[in-house]
Amino acid sequence: MKDPIIQLKGLTKHYGSVKAVDELNLDIYQGEIFGLLGPNGAGKTTTILMMLGLTDPTSCTALVCGHNATSNPIQVKRKVGYMPDSVGFYDNMTALENLLYIGRLNSVPEIELQKRSAEVLEIVGLTADQHKRTSTFSRGMKQRLGLADVLIKNPDVIILDEPTLGIDPTGVRDFLALIKQLSRQQGLTVLLSSHHLHHVQQVCDRVGIFVNGKLLAQGGIGELSGQLFGANSHITSIAVAQPISQPWPLEPELQAWEAITEISINNNELEFTCSRNMTAALVRFLVKKDYDVISVNQKNYGLDDIYQKYFESDITKNTNYEKSIS
Amino acid sequence: MKSQSPDPGPFSVMVHKEIADHIRSWRFSILIALIVLTFIAAMYVSLANIKSAIGNTKDPDHLFLYLKLLTTTDNSIPPFHVFLSFLAPLLGISLGFDAVNSEQNSGTLTRLMAQPIYRDNLLLAKFVSALVIVSGLFLALALLMIGGGLVLTGVRMEPQELLRIFGFIVITIAYVAFWLSLSIMLSILFKQTATSALTAIGIWLFFTIFYPIIINLIIKSFLPDPAYLTQAEIIGYNDLILNLQRIAPNQLYSDAVTTLLMPSVRSLGPITMEQMAGAIPAPLQFKESVMIVWPQVSGLMASTLGCFALAYYLFMRREIRS
Repeated sequence: MKDPIIQLKGLTKHYGSVKAVDELNLDIYQGEIFGLLGPNGAGKTTTILMMLGLTDPTSCTALVCGHNATSNPIQVKRKVGYMPDSVGFYDNMTALENLLYIGRLNSVPEIELQKRSAEVLEIVGLTADQHKRTSTFSRGMKQRLGLADVLIKNPDVIILDEPTLGIDPTGVRDFLALIKQLSRQQGLTVLLSSHHLHHVQQVCDRVGIFVNGKLLAQGGIGELSGQLFGANSHITSIAVAQPISQPWPLEPELQAWEAITEISINNNELEFTCSRNMTAALVRFLVKKDYDVISVNQKNYGLDDIYQKYFESDITKNTNYEKSIS
Repeated sequence: MKSQSPDPGPFSVMVHKEIADHIRSWRFSILIALIVLTFIAAMYVSLANIKSAIGNTKDPDHLFLYLKLLTTTDNSIPPFHVFLSFLAPLLGISLGFDAVNSEQNSGTLTRLMAQPIYRDNLLLAKFVSALVIVSGLFLALALLMIGGGLVLTGVRMEPQELLRIFGFIVITIAYVAFWLSLSIMLSILFKQTATSALTAIGIWLFFTIFYPIIINLIIKSFLPDPAYLTQAEIIGYNDLILNLQRIAPNQLYSDAVTTLLMPSVRSLGPITMEQMAGAIPAPLQFKESVMIVWPQVSGLMASTLGCFALAYYLFMRREIRS
């Protein structure tokens, strides 16, 4: 496999006696969208800050685009665009002026700058509002301007810290679609952190679950549910029109199927736990036995369940490291 | 600063932006108005009294018309340089007290620090941009005064006067620079802009009002009756008081500008009769005056650098979070 573009090995950060990030190992590869998922205060922001050299790790270093983020942050920042969780702009300047300023700080040549800023404003859909002051912008618009800000430097990697925080559902959908599209079109590597699992689920290729400074699991969503719920992760529930008598005469026959591990009956609803996907066979079977199937529901494990599973052990512990709000 | 290349470095981009921000801000307009008004009032009073000041042949400095313009007063209001010893700190503080913490509070600092720029460039840009503005302001005022003087009186200007006036401007800028670097340092130290502003103003008030009072109280508590002291002892005590007062930057400033603007000032401390014997009450050369104020000037610059170094130390390794 290719060399990872972001490489963290045993990264640790202490705040006094509190371990914010504890021996984190993480590889992120070129072109993928990686979601860092965790509750508030899990150390997501700290990890991101260490990748950018904005804070020093207690031990070990982050390697981003082949550069050491602690000793050589300038090289890293040339390649990486970072959008902080509460992105702020100079309120007395217009959106375009804010954008041009960042472009100039990145030494984008003046001739190219006008063209490029027009392009990125077009991409994020702020062309009409470019001459408005950013103090009049809504949260969603600021977030999109933040993305334009990141894009104007033509980065290899984009790091987005809580990009969906405080935007309305349509805004979130558009924003995530935009990120996905950009990543696919331009081959950008995207790292986004969130505590909002649904958002992460929509766009990420891989997810890392991060609790109390430790990465508990990482991988694709299917992979994660496989790891968690073992082989018995296919559940099909079928509702039929007729009431089902207890005990159900057909139950022994179905029990004999080797793929089915468990059958539960609840009025007219049947729930089968299988080691393989048996939905089609089950429906065929029931129809042959003259049952009127009124609904079939195949249950896939989403991040919700994954999240719940990981955090349930954690909920009793109170997190004493909270995100510092200054 | 770098020379104008087709692609200006991030540092000059930041300086441009900071200067633009200062010029557009209300705060700076108000301060400019305040200083310009003071300047006009001081000029008005000195112009009204310039005739008697120039005619006063007992004063060895009476021929320096332009220096007289800056220092003459009829005691109704203080001369411009005394005004400045109060206003310059205010100018420095107001330009610097929210330099870093306001950016941090509005979330722009994180965004800025995520760009490929060196951290110290930010501090330096804040410092340089404010200094450029202040220098422009004082230079404009000085040139206005010289030009106005030329038009009104038609008197030719001595090269020495020009040097002295520019020396006065440079020292004033150094004085503002001290307060600027102090307030930038406080803006890094404190997260709230109000806290850093109040602390800076507190330090300023302490040095201008309370510090001399405290020195007097302390000295009085152990100073014996001067009647029983020898002359050498009196001079010793005097030196002690003066040196303690010179810890205050405003004392350094007023010492330095007084010497520069009044060429006949020969010493900033007490002089014995032996030292004065044979001296003709005549103005000093520019170079001699500079020699007298050199300790003051280097003291001001050292404290400016000290504050700036502390700011640098505080800022370089700090974690930037919004």
